[in-house]
Amino acid sequence: MTVTTDPALAASWSRAAASAGARRRRSRVQLYHHAVLILGVLLMMAPLVVAFASSTYDPVVIHSEGLQLGYGGEFASTYGAVLFDRGGFTGEVTGVRMLWNSVILGMGFAVGKIVISMLAAYAIVYFRFPLGSLAFWIIFSTLLLPLEVRILPSYEVVQSMGLLNTYTGLILPLIASATGTFFFRQFFKSVPDELLEAARIDGAGPVRFFIDILVPLSKTMMAAIFIIMFVVGWNQYLWPALMTTDEGMFTIVRGIRQILQVWIGANIPDYNKALAMAILAMVPPALIVLIFQRAFVKGLVESEK
Amino acid sequence: MKKALFGPSLTPYLLLLPQMAIVAIFFLWPSAEAVRSSFHIEDPFFGTATFVGVDNYVDAVTNSTYARSARFTALFTVVVALFSLGIALALAVSADAVLRGKSTYKTSLMWVYAIAPPVAGLMGSMFFDQHIGPLKEFAAWLGWDMRVGFDYFDTAVAMMTVAAWKQIPVNFIFFLSGLQGIPTSLREAASIDCRSPVRRFWTVVFPLLAPTSFFLLIINITYAFFETFGVVDVMLKGEPGNNPVTLVYKVYLDGFRGQDLGGSSAQSVILMAAVFLLTVIQFRLIERRVHYT
Repeated sequence: MTVTTDPALAASWSRAAASAGARRRRSRVQLYHHAVLILGVLLMMAPLVVAFASSTYDPVVIHSEGLQLGYGGEFASTYGAVLFDRGGFTGEVTGVRMLWNSVILGMGFAVGKIVISMLAAYAIVYFRFPLGSLAFWIIFSTLLLPLEVRILPSYEVVQSMGLLNTYTGLILPLIASATGTFFFRQFFKSVPDELLEAARIDGAGPVRFFIDILVPLSKTMMAAIFIIMFVVGWNQYLWPALMTTDEGMFTIVRGIRQILQVWIGANIPDYNKALAMAILAMVPPALIVLIFQRAFVKGLVESEK
Repeated sequence: MKKALFGPSLTPYLLLLPQMAIVAIFFLWPSAEAVRSSFHIEDPFFGTATFVGVDNYVDAVTNSTYARSARFTALFTVVVALFSLGIALALAVSADAVLRGKSTYKTSLMWVYAIAPPVAGLMGSMFFDQHIGPLKEFAAWLGWDMRVGFDYFDTAVAMMTVAAWKQIPVNFIFFLSGLQGIPTSLREAASIDCRSPVRRFWTVVFPLLAPTSFFLLIINITYAFFETFGVVDVMLKGEPGNNPVTLVYKVYLDGFRGQDLGGSSAQSVILMAAVFLLTVIQFRLIERRVHYT
């Protein structure tokens, strides 16, 4: 055959063969990546699926056969009991009440932090005044020490102010760290100077400029930080565990600890109720992360920087 | 620095007032109080405090349970950071490279972020439970009789597993965002020069991820130190007994259960010094952060 001796054609054949090989290799690589990701998803999701499935079973079944994968048919009764039955030592607190307290903590923490840190960041970035840099360094120092290391004296301070078992005492000490201030400081610095100049030519004072220009510009940033802070606030454990002794003030995450204490003496512990409570405690923040995924990732990556 | 600024007036002080008030009352005051009481021994009955100098520190550091807890915390931190970083990196590399289903994978891998550490701890204590735990059964199938809550080593393994699991999503999100920050032109150039994807990863991509990795290392250390309190507390069911505890948990135990305010404060101050050091390192790293564009 003369065709095979045509050098151009032979070259294009070998190119075709090579690209088929490359394609095969690429699809093998893709297969590997899918396998890794599927394993990862199993690792992250399987415990949650098992936890939810088991929460619908009778505790006796769980006790004798272990955690379950399937549907036990007790969903309505278990979750109804956890949400609406009065429990705890005082018989006063319900799951709904604890969820409500968590919502207040999450919202109060997020909103409080945004308001306070935006005002402070505005002062630091847009004003030149004598104590400005001192204030900056004091606020900066709060980043160095998490609440956990000064938990005992914080408790004493809140106690001496008579704020134990109040929402104020629950939220304010948690706001005392400056992550939000830094986040908004970075953002305000990236706002072009021309905006301020233009606003001043139009006769806008500091308050006007803040309300009419900076706040609207910061909307996406505020949304991002709100989502992160809501989840962080909702998930607080140590501080609510120490300063709320009144069961009506318990958050749902704090309630997890209570359910364990009931558990220790029990013959057959209420595994189903404990798991149902865990599911209830994770659903609201998880939904927020899922629904506002883009803002969440933005807030997380930007705020930690 | 901004060129256009508002001049000095009362306004900035008013703007700063709420933040400064909260910082002063709920941060500076308690921190000063911690340092002060670390140099005193308080009498719980009479409320009097005696100045004892550095005695509390000497007692804390020479105490054998403190040393044990410090060793455990160090090991705990290393294991949790390595496993969660390693797994997250592998997942992020795959999530970045995969062509189909990218957003589905991403979503299902990152929403565990929303789970509170004590909730993860509760699930962990169920999964490792003596009667009902599937992971305990799995260990038994491997010939390992796990006794979480009774055996020091087994409890440590269970706590590390839960703590590392909980931290994977954060690391995943940061690694993925770091990978996506690498310019396409750089990757294309690399794929022309080097055909092996494995070698390309270790020689081109991984070094470019170094700033992210260092930063995440610090984040993970602070996580393992402080945020795992909930995991530890719930998995021990508030009964530490002979089980491993982290240093932060010991501060809580000695202060609130043992009523040893001075000793607990001294331990707090030691931890403060450790965090201070970490944060300084972190800020130095951020200053030197590599910018790709």
